[in-house]
Amino acid sequence: MEGVNVDNPQSAGIGRVRAWRRFREKAIETFFLANGLFAVLVLLAIFSMLFTEGWPALKRVPFGEWVMSTEWDPTSPVRESYGILALIVSTLMVSIGALILAVPLGIACAAYIADVAPARVREIVKPVIEILAGIPSVVVGFFGLVVLGPLLAKAFHAGNGLNGVNGSILLAVMALPTIMSVSEDAIVSVPQELKNASLALGATRWQTLMRVTLPAALSGIVASVMLGMGRAIGETMTVLMACGNAPAMPHSFLDPVRTMTATIAIELGETVQGSTHFHSLFVIAFFLFLMTFAVNLVSDIILQRVRKRMGGA
Amino acid sequence: MPNPTNHIELVTRDFSFYYGDFRALTSISMDVERNRVTAFIGPSGCGKSTFLRSLNRMNDIIPGTRVEGKVLLGGVDIYGKDVDVVDLRRKVGMVFQKSNPFPKSIFDNVAYGLRIHGERNPSAVAQRVEESLRAAALWNEVKDRLDKSALDLSGGQQQRLCIARALAVKPEIVLMDEPASALDPLATQKIEELIFELKKEYTIIIVTHNMQQAARVSDATAFFYLGELVEFDETKKIFTNPKEKKTEDYITGRFG
Amino acid sequence: MSARTRKWQEKLGFGILIAATAFVILVLIVILHDIFSKGAGVLSWEFITSKPRKGMTEGGIWPAIVGTFWVSLVTVVFTVPAGLFAAIYLNEYAAQNRLVRVIRLAIRNLSGVPSIVYGLFGFTLFIMILRINLSVLAGGLTLGLLTLPWTITASEEALKTVPMSYREGALALGATKWQTIRTNVLPYAVPGMLTGTILGLARAAGETAPILFTGAAFFWPLLPSFPKVLTSQFMALPYHLFIMATQHHAIVKVRPIAYGTAAVLIGLILIMNAAAVYIRYRFRKKYKRL
Repeated sequence: MEGVNVDNPQSAGIGRVRAWRRFREKAIETFFLANGLFAVLVLLAIFSMLFTEGWPALKRVPFGEWVMSTEWDPTSPVRESYGILALIVSTLMVSIGALILAVPLGIACAAYIADVAPARVREIVKPVIEILAGIPSVVVGFFGLVVLGPLLAKAFHAGNGLNGVNGSILLAVMALPTIMSVSEDAIVSVPQELKNASLALGATRWQTLMRVTLPAALSGIVASVMLGMGRAIGETMTVLMACGNAPAMPHSFLDPVRTMTATIAIELGETVQGSTHFHSLFVIAFFLFLMTFAVNLVSDIILQRVRKRMGGA
Repeated sequence: MPNPTNHIELVTRDFSFYYGDFRALTSISMDVERNRVTAFIGPSGCGKSTFLRSLNRMNDIIPGTRVEGKVLLGGVDIYGKDVDVVDLRRKVGMVFQKSNPFPKSIFDNVAYGLRIHGERNPSAVAQRVEESLRAAALWNEVKDRLDKSALDLSGGQQQRLCIARALAVKPEIVLMDEPASALDPLATQKIEELIFELKKEYTIIIVTHNMQQAARVSDATAFFYLGELVEFDETKKIFTNPKEKKTEDYITGRFG
Repeated sequence: MSARTRKWQEKLGFGILIAATAFVILVLIVILHDIFSKGAGVLSWEFITSKPRKGMTEGGIWPAIVGTFWVSLVTVVFTVPAGLFAAIYLNEYAAQNRLVRVIRLAIRNLSGVPSIVYGLFGFTLFIMILRINLSVLAGGLTLGLLTLPWTITASEEALKTVPMSYREGALALGATKWQTIRTNVLPYAVPGMLTGTILGLARAAGETAPILFTGAAFFWPLLPSFPKVLTSQFMALPYHLFIMATQHHAIVKVRPIAYGTAAVLIGLILIMNAAAVYIRYRFRKKYKRL
């Protein structure tokens, strides 16, 4: 045996290659790696599925019509039209409406839980608010349909109350937990020394929070808002049930609106497989995917940068 | 002159260690003799623990590390291409600074190494567990509660359990990384007595922060400073008549 | 600014934060109270254990509960191993290289893909390409893909809670990497994984969009047994609620049933969340002793 000192039989053995064991360890590692790569595969598969299934419709309808026209009427006996601008605008409108409500509330809650609340209160408040994240979107949509809708109808004399405001309020409820928990992480991870420095200069806790802690956590908070936006854009059931679903360009928050997600949910079951209408729903999904992908990517880049700055923790 | 291979267990030659670009150890050459206690001393960050962990390749699990030079065990370079690190660690056992019993029963802790090495015979396992616990001077204290959680033992008992666990797989060398640094004086004394007993059968290398401990338990002492081996000699000589000025300064408490 | 004004400013500021938090909790209470108080009217043992009758205007929701159970089971059977294995790679094996960064990026992006897109993907892959029927299997696998990124993240968190010293201790005794993981890491990650699994299950059980096109049925009172159930269409609680709220021919008449369904769905999810939190709590207490 090469390299083994025969004078010292006790040590013989460490130089022997355990080929089988080494092979088995490598095989096991490769197996786990394959499972990790599966996630990449799924993402690529989703992307290529949306593209290939959307392609027949993209090819048939001029690209300008998709993004410039506000007319969505794929089943018109006169002239089928495939403008998704109104759907995109509606989606963005209710999502931004949701953020207008959820961002201040979410950041305030996060600041309270992370920086103000005594430990005992935090231990109770945090899990209670986490329950909110557990309520299924279909239940939130139901609540919008049967409680919020009539309420809004009465308050604004706005038809049945299924409109952009309703959708925005419900999406705010859906986006709140995300905004809150990511913002809270950001606020908690602001170094205590930074806060101490401010407090030592005679600043109150409130001044420290507003002028030191929140600015230091700003990138994380921005990322949380982006993530919340991503959730709102991609939400289906709430907007499907509570927005009224009129596929036209909304002129105000009190108009019934129909989002991209709702359009897919409503129409896929009614189309003929293989028709341009069928494929056009994949085009909507493709645009939807790109929008959420972009929003999530931006928040991801921000969060990565924060993590690096905080010393890789 | 006796044939050196008969009493020299471990040899390092120009051994250097890098964390990324940072060189933590520079060109360490040393011969460790069999059935003796060799102590590594030096101020924090001098590289003594890094060197210890290099001897059974525990540093392999830290990403971005790299070695140069040789560590020969029985004439074989443990960093050689065809060395199986699993076999190496079986021959070179390790006891950590903070006792780390697994959250299993006392018996299962000691039996762990035997079982992963394929010992299936329950009576053989039981016998070896008893031998190891006796060798670690723990048997009398735990023989009636082998099935109890190891986490219920005191700190000193936990550390002796970890020693028993290391002995159970019959290593040739036992590396100890400040094994008593977290223990009270009484428990420390027990560990030191144990080390004295263990050298009859094992070669012990111990890293210690405590110079009195090194003087009490070791036969040879190596003084490390800033990643270099400053002086390596018989413990008596190091503590009474060191060759190097730096060693003397450290021993007499002028720094570190 | 005088010390007094600053004191008042702080009081006012904190007051606003407390008010915001209280408002969010109030919203939660209003929703839960509305669902449970109006659902309580129809909730009974019979409602839970009987089938819908008379065009779903009477009777219970048992088939929807069973359907949700089976579809969630398929989800778990798929997602837990796949998620755990990927997490083992990321936490135990992966080095810091480009491949690993790509995997992590993919996982983070998958968790942001809208649920309706998963629905479309499941429909295309399982129904159109693989020609599986509209079924529990197709719906469960679609939900499985949806929950995969959460499961990976949760499993990785669970693996991270196992102290490094367990791995070092085993490796130093000459255990191989896989032996170390199998005998000294995974057993101690189980409670954490259980928590993550239950939380993921609770979320999957409430999802509607992914099962819209993959097997959820308007009315499917049959309760085939295993394994036939896998290839059969199914009713599910969230979909049933959607139907009862928006698609039924007598929406106002069946509103109590819709409320009852919503109450049962939320009740189930709250129980699962509570179980998960309890397991996590016990787990933390156990590890504090170390």
